[in-house]
Order: sequence, then C-alpha cells, then structure tokens
Amino acid sequence: MRSAWVIAKRELGSYFTSPIAYIFLVIFLLLTGFFTFTAGQFFERGEAALGAFFGWHPWLYLVLVPAAGMRLWAEERRAGTLELLMTMPVTAWQAIAGKFLASWIFLAIALALTFPVALTVNILGSPDNGMILAGYLGSLLLAGAYLAITCLTSAMTRNQVVAFILSVVACLFLILAGFSPVTDLMARWASPALIDTVAAFSAVTHFDGFQKGVIDLRDLAFFLSVIGFALFATNVVLRDR
Amino acid sequence: MRPRKLGPRMIRIDNVVKTFGAKRAVDGISFSVERGEVVGFLGPNGSGKSTTMRMITGYYAPSDGRISVGGHDVVESPLAAKRLIGYLPENAAAYADMTVHGFLAFAAALRGLAGEAKKRAIARVVERCFLSSVLHQSIDTLSKGYRHRTCLAQALIHDPEVLVLDEPTDGLDPNQKHEVRNLIRELGKSKAVVFSTHILEEVDAACTRAIIIDRGRVVAQGTPDELGRPLDEVFRRITSTDTFFGGPDTPAGGARS
Ligand SMILES: Nc1ncnc2c1ncn2[C@@H]1O[C@H](COP(=O)(O)OP(=O)(O)OP(=O)(O)O)[C@@H](O)[C@H]1O
Ligand SMILES: [Mg+2]
Repeated sequence: MRSAWVIAKRELGSYFTSPIAYIFLVIFLLLTGFFTFTAGQFFERGEAALGAFFGWHPWLYLVLVPAAGMRLWAEERRAGTLELLMTMPVTAWQAIAGKFLASWIFLAIALALTFPVALTVNILGSPDNGMILAGYLGSLLLAGAYLAITCLTSAMTRNQVVAFILSVVACLFLILAGFSPVTDLMARWASPALIDTVAAFSAVTHFDGFQKGVIDLRDLAFFLSVIGFALFATNVVLRDR
Repeated sequence: MRPRKLGPRMIRIDNVVKTFGAKRAVDGISFSVERGEVVGFLGPNGSGKSTTMRMITGYYAPSDGRISVGGHDVVESPLAAKRLIGYLPENAAAYADMTVHGFLAFAAALRGLAGEAKKRAIARVVERCFLSSVLHQSIDTLSKGYRHRTCLAQALIHDPEVLVLDEPTDGLDPNQKHEVRNLIRELGKSKAVVFSTHILEEVDAACTRAIIIDRGRVVAQGTPDELGRPLDEVFRRITSTDTFFGGPDTPAGGARS
C-alpha cells in the first residue's frame, strides 16, 4: 500500500507541475457552468435542486475524464519509464492502484471546485442537501468508472491520442446503452427484456438513482464492478509486454 | 565454467530463451555472475543483450529457462529478486517532469527508504554520479549525459547487491566514461555487476570477465586475456554483422543480400 501511495503522490505531482492541470480545471469549471446555467436552464427551472447540474455529467465526463487519464500509461510507454517502474520492487497492482487513485483524486478536486453551484441553490432556495451529496457521490463514481476505462485504453498504446479516442468510444457505449433516444430506437425491434439488459450496462441508468438522492447498492455495485473489471483488464494488458 | 571461491552465485541464468513472435531474440543463454565479479556483456546490435537484461530485471518474462537473482527465481518471487537489483535501462528513461532530486527521492521511496536513510542515500548517489550542479533542475532540460547519470544514480540508490547496467557509458563524455568505469570496478568488489557495452576497451578497464553473444547465443566467454587479443579482432571474427539473415556460420559479409 505504501508503494501505491508513493506512485500516486508522484502522479499527482506531475499533474500539478504542468500547466495542463490548471487549464483542465478551468475548462472543467467553465463547461459545468455553461451546461448548468445556460444549456441546463438552471434558473428557468426554478427548482432548488441540481438536476440541471448533474444531468450533464455523463456527457461532460465523456471528454474530460479521458483527457485527464489518457497519459497515465501511454506516456510511461512512450517515455520508456514503464521499464523503470516495472523493474522496481512494486507489483503491477500497486502501480495500477496508485495511478488510478492519483487521477481520481485529481478529478475529485475538479468536482469539489464546483461547490459554488451547490452554494447557489442553498442561497436561492432550500434544497435537499442529502440529495446533492448523493449526486456528488454518484458523479464521483461515474468519473471513476470512466477513468478506469481510460486506464485500460491508456495501457494498450503508447499514443495518448489513441488512448483518448478509444476511451471516448468505450464510455460512449456506457452512456448510449441507457440513453432514451437509443432505447426508443431499439424498442422497434428488440424485446423489452433485451433493452433492459442493455440498459443495465448503462452508466446513465445507474447514475439516475444518485441524482434522485437514492443510494442503491446495485448502482454502487455497478460502478465498483466497472472500475474493478477495467483495472483488472489493465493488469492483464500490462503483464503482456 | 571454472569454480571460483568468490561467494554465492548472485545471478544465475539457465538456458534462457526469449521469442518475439517467430523470432528468437535470446536463444538458450546460460551464465552466472558471482559477488565480486564484473561481467562485460558484449555483442553486435540486436544480438539480445538488452533482452537478456530485461529478463534478469523482470521486465520481460523468459519464454523458456530459469533466472534467479540472489537465489530468488525472477518469475516466482519477482519482488524479492527486484529488491536486490539496481537497473539502468538502455534508454536511461526518467520522468521528464521531475527534478533530479525529486526523481531520486521517488526511486528511494519505492525502494523502501525514508527519512534520514533516504537523505543519506540521495546524497551518496548525487556525489558518486556528479549530479550536485543539476540537483534541482528539471529532467527534461538535462543534457543526454546528465540524464544518463541521473538514471544511473537511481540504480545505485539502495546500494544493491546486483547491478544490471545496459550501456552505462553511452552518451558520456571521456571524463565521465572514465569515472563510470572506475565506479563500476569499485562497485564490483562487493557486488555482482553485469554491464553491456560496445566499447571493447571497457572490458580491459573494468571487467573481470566478458561474455560475447551473437544472435541470442553465447559465442565466447572468459577473462579478457582468455578471449585473446586484440579484442576487437576476436569480436569481429566470432560475431556477425547482421542479426536477421543466414546462420551463425555465414561469413560476416555474406549476411547482407
Ligand atoms: N519488444 C520487442 N518486440 C519484438 N522484437 C524485439 C523486442 N525487443 C527486442 N526485439 C528484438 O530482439 C532482438 C534483440 O534485441 P536487443 O535489444 O536485446 O539487442 P541488443 O543486443 O541490446 O542490441 P543493441 O546493441 O543495439 O542495444 C532484436 O532483433 C530486436 O529487434
Ligand atoms: Mg541493447
């Protein structure tokens, strides 16, 4: 565990020594602001809730999370430091966990910086803050699931752009499987059971509960298994060098 | 091989094979290195030196055969083996966004050093590899030679019993080459050292023994005197100029088509 933390600290440090981290944070906040207040019609809704804010996260993260995670392994491969890291007395698991954790913490920082949104609804009305907290938890898990997938695609290539594109495609599947325009389209030929099965793989379906303030064990299990599975697959990919 | 009274075999390589697809990069190599030995690993480009070193250090898994370091099988107990090894990879990779000091501190922490012990270890390798003038410089702004020395310093940080150095003098200026050779000879008194090189004078300057490989096979080994002189003529006679074509006994020039 100590080694994983040493690796995580290095990784976090490398986020913040480059200006990209700050650019990322600014873009993240601008985009959440834009989607919430403009596209999400936050004020027009007249609700003291954050539906307009969280509802966009599956889409927002589709680009932002792969951008934050694409370099994790691809850069190690490109620079040759993978050889250094893998010949240190650390297990592949420690390295994978350390790097994943660092990126997740970075995304958590970005998410935490959106607190003014929560503050605004508290000033304007009296929202259910438990519901907001559940929303944040769900959003963090959603980011974690996307990030784990990005870890996997990043481990497969030395090219960050390839890693980015592959993970956007994979995460898009996680959204579309439960996205109503798609499920409506499927309803023309697929049986409802099939649609439900596919929708069960959708991050959106499982994220919905959190937005409504419901922390369902099945939703938790879904996100944790996506993370677990993707990191496990990362280990398999890294072992084959 | 003649028995030596120098202590336990620190590196033991037994009939090791590494294939990449249809290609046998390492084709049944066996040798061992004891404490107190400095073994020079010679061979033409593409003969399998780096591949062998990557298997010793656990980066590649051998396709066949066994490797043990300090008695630990590198496949079965990789962590125990890796703890004993200091490794300088061929490309001398280092995290470009870190400072030299930050990088060495990171390597020390991964080696389990902390607090005073870590500080002392960093001070020791900084002095040995002449890094004090660039200690707080970012690695991506270092010259090639300094980056190489930074990576070498990383390999020495935990004062390992086994050193695997892939072309340690590559890219160094003549003064630094001299210093690094002396350092290797000095370290070799108490450790088991393998280093690869294309500079044949280094065999005389630093090695107690040399192993010459060609197309993944050992073609000669012995002390510099046993191999014969001049060493570069011996080397040219027994190795080939191209890895891909022809068998091991194709005349050197005939290998190109
Ligand atoms: N990851 C890999 N995939 C496929 N082939 C590889 C891989 N690594 C090495 N090889 C091949 O194995 C052979 C041995 O390569 P290796 O790097 O061990 O040579 P070397 O003796 O270190 O050469 P040099 O003196 O140029 O450093 C080469 O033909 C190389 O192309
Ligand atoms: Mg090499």
